[in-house]
Amino acid sequence: MSILDSFLIRAALAGLGVAIAAAPLGCFVVWRRMAYFGDATAHASILGVALALSFEISIFTGVLVVSLLMATIVSTLSSRGYAMDTLLGVLAHSALAFGLVAVSFLQGVRIDLMAYLFGDILAVGRLDLAVIWAGALLVLALLWWRWSALLTATLNTDLAYAAGIDPRREQLVLTIALALVVAVAIKVVGVLLIAAMLIIPAATARPFAATPERMALIAVFIGGLSALGGLQLAFTFDTPTGPTIVCLAAVLFALSNLAGLFLRNTRI
Amino acid sequence: MSEMPRAGRRMSLVTLQDLTIRHSGNPVLSKVNFYINTGEIVTVVGPNGSGKSTLLRAIIGALRPSSGQVIRAKGLRIGYVPQKLHIDATLPLTVRRFLSLPQRVSDDVAEQALEQAGAGQLATQQMARLSGGQFQRVLLARALLCDPQLLILDEATQGLDQPGSAAFYHQIQTVRQQLGCAVLMVSHELHVVMAASDRVICLNGHVCCEGEPEQVASAPEYRALFGTGTQGALALYRHEHNHSHDQACDHDHHNHEAAE
Repeated sequence: MSILDSFLIRAALAGLGVAIAAAPLGCFVVWRRMAYFGDATAHASILGVALALSFEISIFTGVLVVSLLMATIVSTLSSRGYAMDTLLGVLAHSALAFGLVAVSFLQGVRIDLMAYLFGDILAVGRLDLAVIWAGALLVLALLWWRWSALLTATLNTDLAYAAGIDPRREQLVLTIALALVVAVAIKVVGVLLIAAMLIIPAATARPFAATPERMALIAVFIGGLSALGGLQLAFTFDTPTGPTIVCLAAVLFALSNLAGLFLRNTRI
Repeated sequence: MSEMPRAGRRMSLVTLQDLTIRHSGNPVLSKVNFYINTGEIVTVVGPNGSGKSTLLRAIIGALRPSSGQVIRAKGLRIGYVPQKLHIDATLPLTVRRFLSLPQRVSDDVAEQALEQAGAGQLATQQMARLSGGQFQRVLLARALLCDPQLLILDEATQGLDQPGSAAFYHQIQTVRQQLGCAVLMVSHELHVVMAASDRVICLNGHVCCEGEPEQVASAPEYRALFGTGTQGALALYRHEHNHSHDQACDHDHHNHEAAE
């Protein structure tokens, strides 16, 4: 009946939705050096999938709850000053392992594990699409609302306190946004590659940006381009879609840094 | 200024009463009493780990007291210049954009603050490319935006060379004259402190001694803290202030040793 009948259109819209939410959030992940944090949250979400299937609730809810839990644990521990990279390494991979084991316990459900590990963008339905865009818009709204406070807290926590901003609350905002992005992105790029959608567009945008806002905007553009271009390439070459999207983003990253190198050299 | 500590107490901007702060059980500050009045310049000196930064962080509200109280004047506007600000290389940020965090300010206001802080012409620069001195001035400019009643500087001259920090302190004095704000700074450079401050507080977990600059330099607690032979430079500076004191003979003797 409508344009949404085409699975390709739905896939394209789903990819765009994830890209526009993940890219600006990814900027904060990059600025705050939280890349591993994103990874841990994303990897934990496979446990959410297992729980959702065994309790017969929606995958989105299960993933959202578990990633929120994981993100909260990690940000609490990090404020206590543990050796974070080790701790995150332990948490990220053990959460993934527990999730995979939990899924294997599920009786009678032959789920396609690959779909959750690498995403299954071509199987996105209308409901999925609605969930993805609702989640994406919520993330954008959160970031828009807290933008200045988030940036100040990212720069320096004492500076934030002096301006009457509680950095812990801003951390919570990011934690919630991260859990939301993971929950909506799992269908599109899968558990293993969500962090890539956060970090690569932001890192690609860096050489061309003079202000944080411009970096976020360029990241959105690059994320969107990767999603749409990756979908097209996957269709043409019959490759798995999620990984193809990430591959394209990675190629753009390499090109951007080469260009950045030239820009810097000509400036000097 | 110093002749009215009693009367001044009533219009103090910040008062600390028996402030104690513990980090994982260990007291960093114990029972500190402190106040700063309108227009006053107060300098807190002390060795590393003496709780100077902790004191400032308690005043801006970044740390909660374990016991005791931090009382701020109602609606107090604090301009805060942090000790160091690491700007990640992945974060693009111009000086102009930095000034608009968290509150947006107009170009005129930003330009004026930069001018006041001696950092004019820097607006379009990337924060990450500034020199140490420029960076401190930009931080100062940002702290001036809220038209502060109290300007707080945490080791603001760290990483600046001697002429650099002297120039920076000079700038702060000018700013104080223009805005009439109180200044609270933390430093380990006694000489520069003495040139600028109305009152010096010597801190080492607790308030060792407190008074006008000359008094501190000769107080036995202070001497015990820094030692007489500590960094020739320090002793040499102290020499200048010893003339007005009774025990000058004692000091002079040590200073000569240090100078050699």
